[in-house]
Amino acid sequence: MIRFENVSVTYDGAAEPAVQGVDFEVPEGELVLLVGPSGSGKSTVLGAVSGLVPHFTGGTLRGRVTVAGRDTRTHKPRELADVVGTVGQDPLSHFVTDTVEDELAYGMESLGLAPQIMRRRVEETLDLLGLAALRDRPIATLSGGQQQRVAIGSVLTPHPKVLVLDEPTSALDPAAAEEVLAVLQRLVHDLGTTVLLAEHRLERVVQYADLVALLPAAGARPVLGTPAEVMAVSPVYPPVVALGRLTGWSPLPLTIRDARRRAAPLRDRLANAARIPDSALQRDAPPPPDSALRGDAPPPGGAATRPAVPAPRRFLRRRTVPGAPPSRPTAVVTSLDVRRGGIEALRHVDLTVTPGETVALMGRNGAGKSTLLSALVGLVEPARGSVRVGGAVPHRTAPRELVRRVGLVPQEPRDLLYADTVATECTAADRDAGAALGSCRALVSELLPDVADDTHPRDLSEGQRLALALAVVLTARPPLLLLDEPTRGLDYAAKARLLAVLRGLAADGHAIVLATHDVELAAELAHRVVILADGEVVADGPTAEVVVASPSFAPQVTKVLAPQRWLTVTQVREALSS
Amino acid sequence: MAGTPPQGLTMAPRRGRPAVHPGAWWLWALGLATAATRTTNPILLALLIAVSAYVVAARRTCAPWSRSYSAFVRLGLAVLAVRLLFAVVLGSPVPGTHTVLTLPEVPLPHWAQGIRLGGRVTAEGLVFALYDGLKLATLLICVGAANALANPARLLKSLPGALYEAGVAVVVALTFAPHLIADVRRLRAARRLRGRPDRGLRGLLQVGLPVLEGALERSVALAAAMDARGFGRTADVPPAVRRTTTALTLGGLLGVCAGTYGLLTAEGAVYGLPVLLAGLAAALAGLLLGGRRSPRTRYRPDAWGARAWLVAGSGIAAAALLAAAGDPAALRPGVVPLTAPTLPLLPAAALLLGLLPAFVTPTPEEPA
Repeated sequence: MIRFENVSVTYDGAAEPAVQGVDFEVPEGELVLLVGPSGSGKSTVLGAVSGLVPHFTGGTLRGRVTVAGRDTRTHKPRELADVVGTVGQDPLSHFVTDTVEDELAYGMESLGLAPQIMRRRVEETLDLLGLAALRDRPIATLSGGQQQRVAIGSVLTPHPKVLVLDEPTSALDPAAAEEVLAVLQRLVHDLGTTVLLAEHRLERVVQYADLVALLPAAGARPVLGTPAEVMAVSPVYPPVVALGRLTGWSPLPLTIRDARRRAAPLRDRLANAARIPDSALQRDAPPPPDSALRGDAPPPGGAATRPAVPAPRRFLRRRTVPGAPPSRPTAVVTSLDVRRGGIEALRHVDLTVTPGETVALMGRNGAGKSTLLSALVGLVEPARGSVRVGGAVPHRTAPRELVRRVGLVPQEPRDLLYADTVATECTAADRDAGAALGSCRALVSELLPDVADDTHPRDLSEGQRLALALAVVLTARPPLLLLDEPTRGLDYAAKARLLAVLRGLAADGHAIVLATHDVELAAELAHRVVILADGEVVADGPTAEVVVASPSFAPQVTKVLAPQRWLTVTQVREALSS
Repeated sequence: MAGTPPQGLTMAPRRGRPAVHPGAWWLWALGLATAATRTTNPILLALLIAVSAYVVAARRTCAPWSRSYSAFVRLGLAVLAVRLLFAVVLGSPVPGTHTVLTLPEVPLPHWAQGIRLGGRVTAEGLVFALYDGLKLATLLICVGAANALANPARLLKSLPGALYEAGVAVVVALTFAPHLIADVRRLRAARRLRGRPDRGLRGLLQVGLPVLEGALERSVALAAAMDARGFGRTADVPPAVRRTTTALTLGGLLGVCAGTYGLLTAEGAVYGLPVLLAGLAAALAGLLLGGRRSPRTRYRPDAWGARAWLVAGSGIAAAALLAAAGDPAALRPGVVPLTAPTLPLLPAAALLLGLLPAFVTPTPEEPA
């Protein structure tokens, strides 16, 4: 259905081709997953299918891409619109009209289909995607998962033979992601649609794929194979594959179910291993604040979770106020109500964060996670209740003063960056924070060893930009660090580096609160998990207890090894080697 | 008028479609706006605002564009305030005898003759400015009502095919502004995270570049998405048709220009109207023929039904009756000498016709 013939793409002004030697064929009716580290050219390959590369992006495409027999060299994207449906990373930038029903009809109108056919297909698609109840809603009022389904529906109505999706589940909570993937699987099974999708969160998608195309690195020749074959050699892989590789299972299990079938001996070994599993979960208890502030005691559970990368401690250790009571909480939120645009975004929320503690906020899209973070940093005013950060009321504190108490890395780290080079960004950050000249640059060098001074922040990769924003925020050494959805768009390697950095910060006594959909991140990092639903706290407790109790928030390792309570592959590896 | 609506109009609207053609709402609002331009009587203007507010409150949906009414009301108030401020500071051309207060007058050099800063503020001048400002504010509020009741993008659906692409460009440009404002807000908030003040002009200037960058990127992404979804596909038409289209459109527009010129000059009154009409017809034919190049079809176009006639009719009738029935003295209460405005009954009744849409259109459904 899609055939790449020795394709290479070089963008204007780039010395090296973004992808080269792409030579494979996607058969009709298959779901093909495109995997690879950040910057390996996944989006370029996807764009070449819809013709947006090179017709829209510029650059030179060598070789030949044919979709359903049409050569993309001679067919512009609009002339491929009836065979290829494309959904980009951000569904919001995809919408042309403003209500659900009109959006579903838009593509068909452009193709000039007869009104009766349009009507029938809109109704079918509304049912297929479970959007019937939302048909007249303005798109702007929908949740992230609903928007993603509308975006998929809007390219489905012209009945394309091929569907191309770039990270369809990255911005979604686990339940909404399942919803979208179930729809894709239905399309492949019932309608014979060919689906090509790229995704970083392999733990969500790899079990649905018929074939996997791996782009091992930028400019490297892609490898096509069955998921099990490719996962055995891939530099990026989900935790269930990591567990399989660790224990030498062959063929590799890709689903929880396969893994559980093989896991009985592993569970026995782990049960007999020196420690009882619960001891591996000592992260339950936040570190005693005094030892954490000294920074020399290993964090509890640290034996199991210590990162291989040395934590950047020297510059990150915060100044402690002499004589301050060590156990004083960093932030206290009491019966907080927040109203946003006439909607109660938060209701009676209580939260206490102590130094050295890492708290993960989880919950559906729109549950109030970002609002809670905004309240902690004073961006929104409480309607009732109180917020105290280091004794100060955030929304009444002057920004200059506040950055020394709390720092937030927003969902889009680019919002924090204004300057046109990394160096000027750093000097500005030093000035903003009143820190010694060069403190920010030193942080950047630790987090991003190989970034030059004169790089433009826009040219950094997603992960690098996050690290730069993190360094800017940390320059003021805030005792409380907030991160909103930090792993969106990060590959596993970037995520591992981020984990190491955040563990180091927690060990140095920083309190960290992160809002995330990424259950694996929460399992790796958080001492405590707080689940929000409809603006209320519905669960608050040690990570192990909360995530184990919930099927949608449990990490893969927990599911495989239940009823034993393991959270991460690292824990299992430590237990086996001891 | 608040009686039971006629049978046949009480049927439930088709689900999910606007119950009334958006064009009808615009005609209704433009009717009210025209009425506003015919009078300076503050009681009538207040009545007009009340009528539009009642209809908006009763019939608007909870879509984002429905919130524009309050924005337009605020804009109207701002216009009124500015008009009054100018009358106070710069004085007023209206002669008056009732001095309210005297500001210190700033002496201006002789080349600035005719401009006055400060000085005597008269009650007559203030009242004149108030009437004038209120008229402008009412006009704006009527446009706001149309915006709140009918989605501007839906009007596009009624454009002829040949104009569709230009219409899309206008709508995309219109949505650009709200996105820009949202971006400015978000980035100014982000300045707080950097420890910089999030208020003040400096803050606004510093986020300017990132905001424009973001807006540009979004526009490019939207253009890519539209292209990939078949926007701008053209059908093959025979060259003869293409040439006829061009000739008709160009000739028609020329005719419209010549006709208008003829109407406006004294000697052309004879040939003016026929040429104008012929030009219009040719231009319309050109547009219709041009629509053949675009293979677009329309999904569930809005129907112009009995309700639409009533809604549009009520607005136009209100304007026409007001102009016909009111005697000039009551419509434009005197300023010199100051007289208390009275409520002329017939024009007021005419304006109340504008309430009709609140009774003949169905209540919008609350979303689940």
